[in-house]
Amino acid sequence: MKVSYKWLQEYVDIPVSPLELADSITSAGLEVDSVAELGKEIEKVYTGKIVEISSHPNADKLIICSVNVGGENNRQIVTGADNVKENNIIPVAVEGARLAGGLKIKKTKLRGIESRGMLCSGGELGLDTESLPENQAHGIMILPSDTPVGEDARKYTGLDDAVIELELTPNRGDCLSMIGVAREVAAIYNTSLKLPGADPKSLDEYIDGKAEVIIENNELCRRYVAKLLTGVKVFSSPVWMQERLRSAGIRPINNVVDVTNYVLMELGQPLHAFDYDKLKDGKIIVRRAKEGEILQTLDGTERKMKKDMLVIADSSGPVAIAGVMGGADSEVTGDTSMVLLESAYFDPSSVRRTSNYLGLRSESSLRFEKGIDVNGCLRAAQRAAKLLQEMGACSVLAGQIDNYPEYIEEKTIPIRPSRVGYLLGKEISQDECKNILSSLQFKVQQEDEEGFLVTVPTFRPDISREVDLIEEVARIHGYDRIPQTLPSGESTEGGRTERQRIMRQLRRELVACGVYEAITYSFHSRKEFDRLRIPEDSYLRNTIKIQNPLTEEQEIMRTLMLPGVLDIVRHNYSRRNYNAAVFDTGKVFHPRDNSDLPEEREKLAAVFTGKTENAWNTASGNMDFYYVKGILEAVLNRMGVKGCSLEPAFDNMTYHPGRSAYIQVHGEKAGIIGEIHPLVLENYELDQKVTAFEFDMEVLLQYAGKKDRYIPLPKYPGTNRDLAVVVAEDILARDVFRLIRKAGGELLRDVKLFDVYKGNQVSEGCQSMAFSLKFQAADRTLTDEEVNERISSITSILQKEFDARLRS
Amino acid sequence: MEDKLKAIAREAKICLDEASDLKKLNEIRVKYLGKKGELTKVLRGMGSLSAEERPRIGQLANSVREELEEYLERRTDELKNKELEERLSREKIDVTLPGKPCMLGKMHPLTRIQGEIEDIFTGLGFNVVEGPEIETDYYNFEALNIPKDHPARDMQDTFFTGSEVLLRTHTSPIQVRTMEAAAPRVPLKIIAPGRVYRKDDDATHSPMFHQIEGLAVDYRITFADLKGVLKVFAESMFGSETRTRFRPSYFPFTEPSAEVDISCVMCGGKGCRVCSGTGWLEVLGCGSVHPRVLEISGYDSEQYTGFAFGMGLERITMLKYGIDDLRLLFENDLRFLEQI
Ligand SMILES: [Zn+2]
Repeated sequence: MKVSYKWLQEYVDIPVSPLELADSITSAGLEVDSVAELGKEIEKVYTGKIVEISSHPNADKLIICSVNVGGENNRQIVTGADNVKENNIIPVAVEGARLAGGLKIKKTKLRGIESRGMLCSGGELGLDTESLPENQAHGIMILPSDTPVGEDARKYTGLDDAVIELELTPNRGDCLSMIGVAREVAAIYNTSLKLPGADPKSLDEYIDGKAEVIIENNELCRRYVAKLLTGVKVFSSPVWMQERLRSAGIRPINNVVDVTNYVLMELGQPLHAFDYDKLKDGKIIVRRAKEGEILQTLDGTERKMKKDMLVIADSSGPVAIAGVMGGADSEVTGDTSMVLLESAYFDPSSVRRTSNYLGLRSESSLRFEKGIDVNGCLRAAQRAAKLLQEMGACSVLAGQIDNYPEYIEEKTIPIRPSRVGYLLGKEISQDECKNILSSLQFKVQQEDEEGFLVTVPTFRPDISREVDLIEEVARIHGYDRIPQTLPSGESTEGGRTERQRIMRQLRRELVACGVYEAITYSFHSRKEFDRLRIPEDSYLRNTIKIQNPLTEEQEIMRTLMLPGVLDIVRHNYSRRNYNAAVFDTGKVFHPRDNSDLPEEREKLAAVFTGKTENAWNTASGNMDFYYVKGILEAVLNRMGVKGCSLEPAFDNMTYHPGRSAYIQVHGEKAGIIGEIHPLVLENYELDQKVTAFEFDMEVLLQYAGKKDRYIPLPKYPGTNRDLAVVVAEDILARDVFRLIRKAGGELLRDVKLFDVYKGNQVSEGCQSMAFSLKFQAADRTLTDEEVNERISSITSILQKEFDARLRS
Repeated sequence: MEDKLKAIAREAKICLDEASDLKKLNEIRVKYLGKKGELTKVLRGMGSLSAEERPRIGQLANSVREELEEYLERRTDELKNKELEERLSREKIDVTLPGKPCMLGKMHPLTRIQGEIEDIFTGLGFNVVEGPEIETDYYNFEALNIPKDHPARDMQDTFFTGSEVLLRTHTSPIQVRTMEAAAPRVPLKIIAPGRVYRKDDDATHSPMFHQIEGLAVDYRITFADLKGVLKVFAESMFGSETRTRFRPSYFPFTEPSAEVDISCVMCGGKGCRVCSGTGWLEVLGCGSVHPRVLEISGYDSEQYTGFAFGMGLERITMLKYGIDDLRLLFENDLRFLEQI
């Protein structure tokens, strides 16, 4: 909503400048988007009259104008404009003038002829050419012929004004009008509101019998007022009205259209002017459209109707889409002699649905959607009739058709000043409450010590209960005058849940291992499943689908995290970030049979590719399977998760069949770790190995965070022994560990694998594994015999189970 | 004999002076002071001395020994120091060469700022709660006083996954869920961070982003309390010099409603490009809980009052780090994640 400061002054005295006004209405809840002080940059531009035009001796496209800008002497100005004639009055920028955008005008020579200034177009003066009338929008701006010469041109071009652009919240439809904004200003500055006149002089002849209004759907059209204007003359509206419409961003067309727009801006009531003679039988029928009915709207487009839309029809068919746009056939033209003026109340939801469906938003639909004042319809029709009559454009038939089947009463709401204080935390006196509400045109009555009754005018449909009135009091009183306190009630501890603490710790532990956190979208394309080689019958392909996705890339909610993190690798790879260690946590979504809402599970995924950072004295290492496994182990260890094991995962199609494993916690499958399958890498256009792990946090959360109890440090020294065994290549280290621990018993404190060797030192198909064993007892120093005995039972069990040989 | 002793002392001192390392010193010690050294040799010849001479010479020999030992010790110290100095000088390195790199790892800036915000509010007695990202129309709209056809639905373009199921457009449904579960228990103070979704994707909008919602319900929670709590938040988050401004606004689930501006973090309120010259930055929306929302959630709206607020995590994070492009937060470019 664009509000002209000058126009606004017609309805209310404004004691402050436009900028100050903008500040105070913002503080009262009408957010100001911008304040444009028109003509602020303009200097030394005057109204001038073209006295004589002669041709330029050296250029066909230029002409020489002799221009009078006041005084006796004329000045010579060369211009390329082709729309000026002798005796035109135009804005003239003289030497030293400044135009919009800071352009300075100097005396100059054009093709050898001296030019002392410039004739200006609307654009050069900073006017919005979109809202200039057709005949002024292009070329030099021709001013009305009665414009005085030699005056500051800003006064005659609407540039001595400031336009405040409001960004209104959806509840304040009433401020989509000058009078609505004026009401706010009057309340803020406690000044009075001046309503415009709405009393046209009528002919003796009555409207009765000439027109008829039938409302078939009262719930969609609460009221329909029609006025009939006769002897209509269509011409340009007066300059003051054109300027005001332009300030509101509306292009002047002709007096009839301009007046309907003017009243729409002034009172917030959309009006429509029908060419009465085009309405069959002078009949207006407000009804639902018939499915497939066609209407050509004012913008020249053919619109196909649906049956839940509301239309205005005559006896033969639709003539307008109610509240949205009129039809081309009944449009007012130069030939129009009688006008039927519509001022109605249409249902907000219905208008919103229709305009959404047609993709057609107009100044009218915008206002109907927010809810207009049902009790203001008649006044708006009268106001428009008066304006047209006063400019000599018509005579007004007496009376009107006012089809208003069910009168809508003003609401009455009680308010207790004690409640105002209770809610705001600041006492506001009963008198102040009353003053504020009265200044907003609410009626106050039946006062007692408890409070009073407030009658809410119908132009404020947003006010329906006491708290709404309290807000009105608060915002006019000023939010900045309410103190800042802290809640005084019982104190609360505050904090995070165990689950939240564990999730935070997990992130910290991963970061401590040198992994960066990423955040990826929760949705992706279903194509990702093919890229990941997920089997057709996998539960992972059973997804929540977004019915109205922005793109195919965001059509389903993820069931696994891998696509997001692989995409990070791809994205970075394409930007030459070849080394990456990244993790992402978030939810995955699985449909549930017995619930509308899906199952949401917290997951973690991490990807690693490339090398660790190298330096001048350190070689970089590959972030390979064992590097990643080390991080996984470290994180689980620090999280206090015990009982983890890895089981080779031959069957997972996404990962390398020989380099992947399921992560199990206490026997429950909790995730997977492994090198990404080369075919998957190909699908992601990656030609470098990637290792990843994924983890179901719901499983981890069950086991994490259990505090260990301290075990006393050993008092007696331990004994270290190394043991190298040669076993077949396919024996898993895990199984060797298990046997060593079993045979080593309690005295075996620690086992570390420090070397694995395959090669010509051992026979083909075999590997040597070297372990470092630590034996220790809590209550004594172990003897060599005791240790030897353990070692020999370890070697014999390895021999028996794996046919292991000792390596010397 | 006396002369001989004096000669030994003289000679030994010269040798010690000339010795250039500890090994040489040791040789000299053995030569003069050892069991078979010069001094011992002289003392062995004491038998041939007269009884009167013996004590005198004995005394002399002892004092020569002491003198030499002392001298030796001094020379040893001197040489040790010299050798240490030489070693230290040999061992000098270029300390300005880079250190061995650690794998760093960092938390995403959004996570870090979320943590900071949570910390501020938990310190004020708020509990952190979460809720589902896929919600019913009821919790996302209806229970927040946004019935079907409400204009506020237009402001939040919604992704639907079913006729009454959607990706939550804000974290406000958590308010309702929490109140429903707690009613009529008070005091209730929660902060609810989470992902939210809107059908919008351009330079300043991401289809997925984060909000943090706050809610307090108790007897006599006032609008003034809301102002106070948010003032504390703004000062903790952006510095104690930060000023806050409350402007009336509109949200269907609060009444009275306000938009909160903070004094610009870039220019301190003088006006700059970031704040479009106004000196103020809009950071959150808030208000007293609408009585209808309290009633829907099971609280008597005469008896209890509350406040609620919601802020965009991305907005706060961008202001804190001076990030000017929203997309950076979701692109996961490592150069960004490593730098910030
Ligand atoms: Zn600034």
